[in-house]
Amino acid sequence: MDIKIPYNEDLRPDTGLYNAKLGIWLFLASEVMLFGGLFSSYILLRAGASVWPPIGLDGQSVAHLLEETIGLATFNTVALITSSVTMVMSWVSLKMKDILKFKMYMWITISCAIIFLVVKYFEYSHKIHEGFIPAHDTYMALYFTMTGLHVLHIIGGLFVLVYFVMPNGIKMWDDEPIRFTNRIEVFGLYWHFVDLVWIFLFPVLYLLN
Amino acid sequence: MSNKEHHEESFWTKYVFSIDHKVIGIQYGITALFFLLIGFSLMMVMRWQLAYPDTAIPVVGPFIKWLATLNGFASEGNLPSDLYNVFGAMHGTIMIFLGVVPLIVGAFGNYLVPLQVGAPDMAFPKLNMASYWSYLPGGIIMIISFFLPGGAANSGWTAYPPLSDIATQGQTWWLVAMIFLITSSLLGSVNIIVTVVQLRVKGLTWMKLPFFVWSQLVTSFLLLLAFPPLEVAAIFQLMDRIAGTSFFLPSGLVVSGEMLQVSGGGSPLLWQHLFWFLAHPEVYVLILPGMGVIAEVIANNTRKPLWGYKSLVYSSFFLGFMSFTVWAHHMFLTGMGQGMSTFFQITTMIISVPSVIILSCFMLSLWGGSIRFNVPMLFALGWIPMFGVGGLTGLPLGLSTSDIHLHDTYYVIGHFHYVVAPGTIFALFSGIYFWFPKVTGKMLDETLGKIHFFASFVFMNGVFFPMFIQGLAGVSRRLADGGASYAHAADVLKWNETMSYSAWLLGLAQIPFIVNLIWTLYKDKDSKANANPWNATTIEWTDATSPPLGHGNFKKTPVVYNGPYEYSVPGMKDDFLPQTKKMKKGK
Repeated sequence: MDIKIPYNEDLRPDTGLYNAKLGIWLFLASEVMLFGGLFSSYILLRAGASVWPPIGLDGQSVAHLLEETIGLATFNTVALITSSVTMVMSWVSLKMKDILKFKMYMWITISCAIIFLVVKYFEYSHKIHEGFIPAHDTYMALYFTMTGLHVLHIIGGLFVLVYFVMPNGIKMWDDEPIRFTNRIEVFGLYWHFVDLVWIFLFPVLYLLN
Repeated sequence: MSNKEHHEESFWTKYVFSIDHKVIGIQYGITALFFLLIGFSLMMVMRWQLAYPDTAIPVVGPFIKWLATLNGFASEGNLPSDLYNVFGAMHGTIMIFLGVVPLIVGAFGNYLVPLQVGAPDMAFPKLNMASYWSYLPGGIIMIISFFLPGGAANSGWTAYPPLSDIATQGQTWWLVAMIFLITSSLLGSVNIIVTVVQLRVKGLTWMKLPFFVWSQLVTSFLLLLAFPPLEVAAIFQLMDRIAGTSFFLPSGLVVSGEMLQVSGGGSPLLWQHLFWFLAHPEVYVLILPGMGVIAEVIANNTRKPLWGYKSLVYSSFFLGFMSFTVWAHHMFLTGMGQGMSTFFQITTMIISVPSVIILSCFMLSLWGGSIRFNVPMLFALGWIPMFGVGGLTGLPLGLSTSDIHLHDTYYVIGHFHYVVAPGTIFALFSGIYFWFPKVTGKMLDETLGKIHFFASFVFMNGVFFPMFIQGLAGVSRRLADGGASYAHAADVLKWNETMSYSAWLLGLAQIPFIVNLIWTLYKDKDSKANANPWNATTIEWTDATSPPLGHGNFKKTPVVYNGPYEYSVPGMKDDFLPQTKKMKKGK
């Protein structure tokens, strides 16, 4: 394509932003509305319930199982926060033009994301195995929908992370280093947001019961 | 077009998977017009059932019989009530989500916003392509769902649970399609906002933007922030239908005499809150860009500056903001409580203020102008009173006391159709006649256009005005026999035939338009239309390359000196001053 879009790399003087940075903030604003809608629904449904977590048709409540999984969820919280830190470090490494360190931090980020998903898999399968499927009660429905959407965000992010360290993605560093650094910054913003959502999900779904 | 940039583009990358905002705009335009025609056809069939309940439909009867049989309904060429429900739900869905919004934001926004801000393309051309290619599958899924057992979605375009939770599988397809459409809107709105904020050319300060760009900017914010809650609602309903959850199902729900075996504990009202949190701003998504089009056409054809440009801009912002605070005025009858009703009634009265300001500005703009009565202007002039009727009839609905009587009657249908059909769709027609020469280099025929306008104007009123009469008499909006089985409707039943004939004649009135579009495309290029046939001031007319526009839009990046509506500037030879023309000092 021979058309050059202005301010793809350089900052527009009056806004101080390049295009993608404004774009990602707008996207995150809509994500806030998405998760805002989820948390509001949580409040509304919880306010209407007599006990929380509610008792399902089988007379059981998931309460006892939740206490067991607080440990796992705490571990996952640490994993995600670590990945957020290494995400910033990889961006900083690019700013310092240190591509090796960039790769190292990216791989740590990727590993943390994978660890999070693996732990989540065990959590899900344990709950489903015990009969606590989404249809069990409104808590389980919210739990699976909210964490499920969060997991989808992690999986999507994971694909992008891997793309950035694969030859196809990283070759932009040789041709357009500024644009590549911007990409990492913009993706980093998304990644912090996903992390932040978990910071809200963790207490709401695990601790406040 | 510059030849040095010329390189081989295959048919696929040039016309199908194009990243040029103009091609994507045209793609949106053609697809959306097609969907508008489908949505309108559904309604024309429904109008037969309302005028002559349970009799065989002429012309399309055999097709309806075939479709009903496929869906598993009994039909002798008439429209069975189950299929009536499907048509009703899909008429609303198709018109709003597949017709009007893609046309006014996808087509007009995509084509014109980069041109009016002097940008070579949208800020993210590939996202722009993804936006169209997420819209089209959504539309195709909706169409396919017509042929499923049980038909397409049949719970109304509002898809209220618990009904929609237990409806036939068409509802699931509806939800999946909606998620595609929401994604499309999201990508499109991010693109438009970034384009307006980041890609304005030198000199084009905020208060020099054409009002159309402002209206698209506010609209994009509404789409960006209002659609995600609907996405949440759609995901919840999908979970209810597929995973057996009870987000919207209360405990102890009885369906067909049997207790539903679900955990319960959900809230049907939750859907309404999430849905209307989108769907009220959606009303302004429909009307704001229409106002943008009207502003351009009025200023151009009165040959004087738009009256109250700044009030228009601030009003549209206030309108956008307030539209997030009025959603529960759709829910006065849900028993949500007096306090809530009072709050939403007050915000609803407040939001009518900026709408009135906008309408007044347009009317005052006509004052003392030397008006050119061409087809775009006729549609704009028709728009003003018709939108006025739509707006004013909304006030009794916004007051919770009078809403008790009017809620869910034909009065509501009349009200929002006056806003959307003669409102938005007239603005769309006006815009199509106005910018057609920019897109193709050819002028649409004036005589055919005038036939189109006057016929549409008369029959639109013929369709929608009697609805107020029926609604005030208390005829409910969703009856498949048009109220024939209710005694209180007996006196106003006669209007059904009037409305139906108007609807079919309105359909015929669109033929000159379609003929005009196709015939003009085959005509030779009209040299007058090439440059600036309306003597307009905005950048897309004065500086963009001649149509068909080359990729990149401008031979050299324009610089803006003037406001958007410098018409009839005193002491000037021409009666218009282009935004990019520098006035010599001392003159």
